[in-house]
Amino acid sequence: MAQMTMIQAITNALHTELKNDENVLVFGEDVGQNGGVFRATEGLQEEFGEERVFDTPLAESGIIGLAVGMSTQNLRPVPEIQFFGFVYEAMDAVSGQAARMRYRSGGRWHAPMTIRSPFGGGVHTPELHADSLEGLMAQQPGLKVVIPSNPYDAKGLLIQSIRDNDPVIFLEHMKLYRSFREEVPEEEYSIDLGKANVKREGSDITFVAYGAMVHAALKAADELKEEGIEAEVIDLRTVAPVDIDTIIESVEKTNRAVVIQEAQKQAGIAASIVSEIQERAILHLEAPVLRVAAPDTVYPFSEAEEVWLPNHKDIVEKAKQSINF
Amino acid sequence: MSFKNPLEGIEEKFEMIQILDEDGQIVDEDNVPDLTDDDLVELMRRMVYTRVLDQRSIALNRQGRLGFYAPTAGQEASQLGSHFAMEKEDFLLPAYRDVPQLIFHGLPLYQAFLFSRGHYHGNQMPEDVNAVSPQIIIGAQITQAAGVAYGFKHNGKKNVALTYTGDGGASQGDFYEGINFAGAYKAPAIFVVQNNQFAISVPVEKQSAAKTIAQKAAAAGVPGYLVDGMDVLAVYKVVKEARDRAVNGEGPTLIETMTYRYGPHTMAGDDPTRYRTDDMDDKWEKRDPLVRFRKYLEGKDLWSEEKENEIVETAKEEIKEAIKKADQQDKQKVTDLMSIMYDELPQNLEEQMEEYKEKESK
Repeated sequence: MAQMTMIQAITNALHTELKNDENVLVFGEDVGQNGGVFRATEGLQEEFGEERVFDTPLAESGIIGLAVGMSTQNLRPVPEIQFFGFVYEAMDAVSGQAARMRYRSGGRWHAPMTIRSPFGGGVHTPELHADSLEGLMAQQPGLKVVIPSNPYDAKGLLIQSIRDNDPVIFLEHMKLYRSFREEVPEEEYSIDLGKANVKREGSDITFVAYGAMVHAALKAADELKEEGIEAEVIDLRTVAPVDIDTIIESVEKTNRAVVIQEAQKQAGIAASIVSEIQERAILHLEAPVLRVAAPDTVYPFSEAEEVWLPNHKDIVEKAKQSINF
Repeated sequence: MSFKNPLEGIEEKFEMIQILDEDGQIVDEDNVPDLTDDDLVELMRRMVYTRVLDQRSIALNRQGRLGFYAPTAGQEASQLGSHFAMEKEDFLLPAYRDVPQLIFHGLPLYQAFLFSRGHYHGNQMPEDVNAVSPQIIIGAQITQAAGVAYGFKHNGKKNVALTYTGDGGASQGDFYEGINFAGAYKAPAIFVVQNNQFAISVPVEKQSAAKTIAQKAAAAGVPGYLVDGMDVLAVYKVVKEARDRAVNGEGPTLIETMTYRYGPHTMAGDDPTRYRTDDMDDKWEKRDPLVRFRKYLEGKDLWSEEKENEIVETAKEEIKEAIKKADQQDKQKVTDLMSIMYDELPQNLEEQMEEYKEKESK
């Protein structure tokens, strides 16, 4: 076992799959000699050569279109979108093409690609670097959307994403890249997609979160414990498809839920989960299912992001609102 | 500007290549492609067959027996001359008007009709057909062609990716991105732009200040050729040489074929009289690819009216049979579509599958 940051765990996962499967190709802007702007691909070109780990011209639509074409030639592309806000440039290639490859060919072709990309607020980036666009991706049938909250999960989920035979959007929260280290096995392991993880057990209220918000939810749970409130914290890990069974099982036990996302409130992952809960467990509920989310503006210019981003205090407040309903 | 305009004289660099003129006369003896008599006859057979298929498809569409259809008459040399340079293992990425190339690449005719009707089996290429179904988004296939070509190169295969778009498609960002990627990786791709003069109703002059589409390749460092798209020998020859270059590791080529569609954009209500004149139609019909190639073959004693009639009758018979077979195809079910969304059904679709199985059993 080694202590790894999330970015190191991601590099380790890429290394594992490049070694395991000669059809895996890693490419994108600056991923070659430079090792990626966050060093996610550090040392990989040197070890696996320019044929398998390489720089692309600076064009996001071209990068994903290239990956779609490669998919027909028995290759397993792992393209990087340098920052996820840039995916707007590639929306047809992602949603119009990659996501529909299996469907539109009647199963003759498929697109086993994993699109990796950094996203997430709190690190003072310029515009269109930090946006949480997972809701937009999750709305597209044919895609899977995975968001790890820690180094251990990042490695296991990325390995599983690369092995998956359908396109996976793998979103890496920038704030989590180097914020902490934890034990990550050097050997390979995988974590199933579409399976949530109960991070903390509790009997009074369920928190459903993913990505950086898992840490806010855990912090809120610690604070509530001091007041005698036991919160259960579910880390979704995959936001499309959502592990609804784990959520419902928890809500049937706690009878209350708060769904938390860093993204804006309108539409989105949390809204969909709230609907699922009330469709499946309304008679178990003691209070309305509440949401913690960002306001419905464009992602803020960075000086305003501290106030704009949801935090553990917002979660504590909503939890109390639910308990006192 | 006190400096010389680099665009000055650019037309001379992109002169139109022609081998067979409108009267069926060879005008460039040195470049007559190396094709056997059987090849020449086969090329003509394919063009005649496709003209009949077009006429029948339009009629079937009007009877409500076909759905989406984009007419092909006028573009036979451009479509079939270019495809004739392909090998079976080469990969075809057609646009929506390029159904004839798919058929000659191996897609059974009844499946082409199912594609038109909107049945997914029409998109399901048989195992031995290296192709994707016709692209609907203008230009999306161009970046994909670069990826297929990258794959051929990476896997050490001596094959090419051949893709098609139109004059409108050459305005898309993906057009440049695809050519540029293929150029940067020296990937074996051939990009054919069938310039049929109109993107639905917008004339090519309004697409760009560029005098030719072929010259757009220069910006990506890729050779671009302008070809008479009504001359099947010229189209074949240029694509064949592009293929040879590609498999020799010399990279991609852009080819602009000057052509014309006689019919409407599609059968869904487009009225070409709103944007084209009879004079223009007449001018292009005088350049017809079948007329000139027929003259050429007759001059070589390779073609006769009798032979042509035989092909027309065979085509009609095969079309009739294919429609019959398309009619017999199982009705498409929503549950079929659910099962081709993912390798393994996710929980949400699993639940919906049960719901729709129930609905469909009633």
